Amino acid sequence: MAERYSSFTRGGTGWLLQRITAAFLVVVLAFHFFQLHFVNHAAEVTFAGTQERMSTIGYFVTMVLFLVAGAFHGVNGVYNALVNQGLEGTPKKLVLAVLSLAGIALVAQGVWVAVAMAGWT
Amino acid sequence: MSQSYNRGLIEDFGRWKEFSAGMWAWIFHKFTGWMLIGYLFTHIAVLSTAIGAASGDVALIQQETDVYTQTIQGLESLFIIRILEVGLLAVAVFHILNGIRLLMVDLGVGLTAQDKSFYASLVLTGIITVASVPTFLDGVAL
Repeated sequence: MAERYSSFTRGGTGWLLQRITAAFLVVVLAFHFFQLHFVNHAAEVTFAGTQERMSTIGYFVTMVLFLVAGAFHGVNGVYNALVNQGLEGTPKKLVLAVLSLAGIALVAQGVWVAVAMAGWT
Repeated sequence: MSQSYNRGLIEDFGRWKEFSAGMWAWIFHKFTGWMLIGYLFTHIAVLSTAIGAASGDVALIQQETDVYTQTIQGLESLFIIRILEVGLLAVAVFHILNGIRLLMVDLGVGLTAQDKSFYASLVLTGIITVASVPTFLDGVAL
């Protein structure tokens, strides 16, 4: 069983960060899910209720980290899947640039949304 | 030293009839991953209505008629959205369970049971998804 099965280069930073963000995402996603489907029901969400949650600094920081981890994990996962599919050379660089920009834009938009929710605009 | 041999382009989806449990697990992981990152972009887009609500009339927020509240509650009143939420949960649960399985495969733990752990991920995903249906369909009509 010496063969390698992973989509990621062993020992690479990408591999490690993908695992670290995964562990963080599992925990925070569980919290997020219970918070908005069991404690508060999604159908009863109001801006005032969202503001009450988001203006708590601990919740705000957790949600921003959740977004950063999710964006990285998703974009890095897509990139590695494409590299696995045989992407190389200039298209590989181009895809990395486009995915990086998309990830940064997602985080920027998300932080703006979180700040607006908290009422700090 | 790793022993290697030419296994061909295993990412060739045209060979799906030859795929084993581990290959299906890998494909499902990619498929669910694409869906989850797609959802994250959509999620932030929908939540962006908060920007409009925050800069709008405070009275609308108090009356719960601001654009954010109306968008979320409007979407949640749709049966199809509730069904999609159940689907999203299924996709996320499988991705999490299989992700843990992949980590073990990566670390070389329990390699001989990797097919069984894939089936276990599927069964567990099915059970959790079915169990979530009452919560997701609460208070919505067809």
